[in-house]
Amino acid sequence: MGARMTQDEQTGKRRKQGLNHQIDENLKRVYESVLEEDVPDRFKDLLNRLRQQEGSQ
Amino acid sequence: MTATTPQDVIADTTDPRDALPTHLPALRAFAISLTGNVALADDMVQDTIVKAWTNIESFKPGTNMRAWLFTILRNTFYSYRRKHKREQPDPEGIHAAGLYEKPAHDSKLAMTDFRVAFAKLSDEHREVLLLVGASGFSTHEAAEMIGIAEGTVKSRASRARARLCALLGMEVGEHMLDGIDGSTAAVMSKSGTQAA
Repeated sequence: MGARMTQDEQTGKRRKQGLNHQIDENLKRVYESVLEEDVPDRFKDLLNRLRQQEGSQ
Repeated sequence: MTATTPQDVIADTTDPRDALPTHLPALRAFAISLTGNVALADDMVQDTIVKAWTNIESFKPGTNMRAWLFTILRNTFYSYRRKHKREQPDPEGIHAAGLYEKPAHDSKLAMTDFRVAFAKLSDEHREVLLLVGASGFSTHEAAEMIGIAEGTVKSRASRARARLCALLGMEVGEHMLDGIDGSTAAVMSKSGTQAA
């Protein structure tokens, strides 16, 4: 067999790539829905506290 | 042109910790997607920030700070997992909290199915897909973060995708999508069929 794939193999490969692409699209959507949220205040407070502790040392 | 400019010197003297707030959304997105539990994820992010703050000298200026922070976060996650082996992710809980509700989205139901299936993956599979599939890290960066070879990242990601397809009831050879131009994702159409 040379480098040529059978039509079935090509179709299978294209389907797999399509599926992987869709999985990544879904993953990004899940991830980005959190990414777009406002960060809770507890983290700003935490960073302020850490910096103050540093200053008082 | 490689001479050190005054700007570089100034940049070197700035505290890299000043950049921490810009990484918080990504850290939370990774932690929440990884654990499926917002309260736990925020605790882990808090631990990560404290560790990063107190160990900032181990960060090499000029390297990828986000990768460094993600590494701390994933270590935090696995040490938490070792302590609390029995607790399971709770994708429905996240959904109930309204966290993921987006207005007028065409595929909310399908996304719920996707999240439930994703939560059923092993920690390692969720991790690798989040790093290379969602967070935008390169295979090389993911390999360094996880501490495995690049080839292992690729094969693990491949197995994780196959497992996810199986959980969603899809087969690679299934006749539900036709190449790239299927405007409705296979994930969507499958879920839509089930919901109809």
